[in-house]
Amino acid sequence: MNVAGIIFADREQILQMDDKVYEQLRNVTQLPGLVGAVYAMPDAHWGYGFPIGGVAAFDAEAGGVVSAGGVGFDISCGVRTLHTGLTATELEPVKTGLADALYQDIPAGVGSQGTICLSDSEMSAMLKGGARWAIGQGYGKAADLERTEERGCIAGANPAEVSDRAKRRQRREMGTLGSGNHYLEVQRVAEVFDAEIATAYGLALDDILVSIHCGSRGLGHQIGTDYLREMLIAAPDLGLRLPDRELACAPINSPLGQRYLGAMRAGMNCALANRQIISYLTRDVFGRLLPAAELEMLYDVSHNICKVEVHVVDGVEKELYVHRKGATRAFGPGNPELESTLRSVGQPVLIGGSMGTGSYVLAGGRESEALALSSACHGAGRSMSRRQARRQYRGRQVIDELAERGIVIRSPSQRGVAEEAPPAYKDVHRVVDVADRAGLAHKVARLEPIICVKG
Amino acid sequence: MTMQMTEGAWEHFEHDADIGLRAVAPSRERLFEKMAEALMAVITDPQRVRPARHLSVHCEAPDDAMLLVDWLNALIYEMAVQRMLFGVWQVSLNGHALDARVAGEVVDRARHRPVVEVKGATYTQLSVTQDDAGTWHAQCVVDV
Repeated sequence: MNVAGIIFADREQILQMDDKVYEQLRNVTQLPGLVGAVYAMPDAHWGYGFPIGGVAAFDAEAGGVVSAGGVGFDISCGVRTLHTGLTATELEPVKTGLADALYQDIPAGVGSQGTICLSDSEMSAMLKGGARWAIGQGYGKAADLERTEERGCIAGANPAEVSDRAKRRQRREMGTLGSGNHYLEVQRVAEVFDAEIATAYGLALDDILVSIHCGSRGLGHQIGTDYLREMLIAAPDLGLRLPDRELACAPINSPLGQRYLGAMRAGMNCALANRQIISYLTRDVFGRLLPAAELEMLYDVSHNICKVEVHVVDGVEKELYVHRKGATRAFGPGNPELESTLRSVGQPVLIGGSMGTGSYVLAGGRESEALALSSACHGAGRSMSRRQARRQYRGRQVIDELAERGIVIRSPSQRGVAEEAPPAYKDVHRVVDVADRAGLAHKVARLEPIICVKG
Repeated sequence: MTMQMTEGAWEHFEHDADIGLRAVAPSRERLFEKMAEALMAVITDPQRVRPARHLSVHCEAPDDAMLLVDWLNALIYEMAVQRMLFGVWQVSLNGHALDARVAGEVVDRARHRPVVEVKGATYTQLSVTQDDAGTWHAQCVVDV
């Protein structure tokens, strides 16, 4: 081990954690150029290469690497949450109609495709411009960018390093949700824990929000596929001994490392553009059914990414390549990256739960920087495999039970719903409580699902 | 997994976040076909897919394990760009080069009821081996 591995969890979570989490965390600690420690968040579970919920930072000048496996296939998968300006009472009369319209207008699931088809030049412009490009095309307003990570566009994206296969895979996937654990939810603020920060975020009890969880779609998946393979084959020539092939990586200061970073950043811009277009589609639906609604950004943040950030390690400021795989950046108050209205309270940290248990809005705290390079959890984390879940649950039964609790589910696949049944996930409340108690991020509000569109 | 030497067999194995594919077969070619069937069964029942359209797939890799990942990723890619599902595979292998004819049809959401999109095949828990009795074994975790 080159550095320590640190797991943030309570006793019960440790006991329930798959041994593979320890094994994968230990593998990551063997990579070169690591700084500080390697961290596992309270929602950590067995992933591929990194554990899901893993955080690791590398120093380029110390031989540090960038890992395609450490970012994974779903580059810049993340959550965007919007206020609607509505309360639960206003939503209730149109709930079913709204669920149907969102399901109709926002492509979700296998075989769905968007209405946007990008030409080669549009694809390059999108990969360089991210959400800024999308807004330039009319899919939103400039103010949205203020509340989007990297102001909607990460610098250093290089579309030329994205393969033609990846671009072909994305051609008809702009503005699509995808499938699996990706979703669009209409949510109610069910509990406020920190009134001051909630007010700063514009959140009050019974407010209605919309959360969108998805990533860079086929383009990101193919970038991951292409570079994992290339890094794996190149590893011996680059002098890298990989503890696990899935940790395929390249020195940051190598041509391959730089090419991957250019492609991965293009993937991040694709994800930011995708969530921006889905926001546009969502606004259109709300505009037709609930004209009083004003969908304004709370925040948009990724949880599968490698970012260049400045952190203080052992009292020294360093520029690091921070990999977060199933972990959310959680900048605390005063961070200059945050726009002025968030700077005094810290960054919103958006935590997705399951369809039945709800989600959370947390805030990055002052301690999170020293604890885990300003990182927190990203969701509940699965407790049951998909296979186990579909053996135990029926999609229809899950939908009916949630309907009895007032939660409307729309999905093209009943088996998909069964695999995403709420008991297949860990207790998100416990995950968030542990993150809060550890100081990774502070609880601000709990959100309950009202409508869930699943891919 | 019940082993039938003439046919081979596949199963899905437990993985926290994703899905593990495992197969056994009497030959390497049949093994790769069974792994393709296991991949398709993550998405839909392969029996529901009609062989209406044929495609050719070619991959080359430094070893059997990487060839398996390349093969599964080639199918994932074709499914994404052609918006197809596959139900029939015929694999020929020459060393670590694979040529396949695959048949399937465009996704019909009502008939196929596709569950989940596969993002990519990973190198986690990946293996392709032959036991002393000559039976081939493979496993791979795919990200969904």
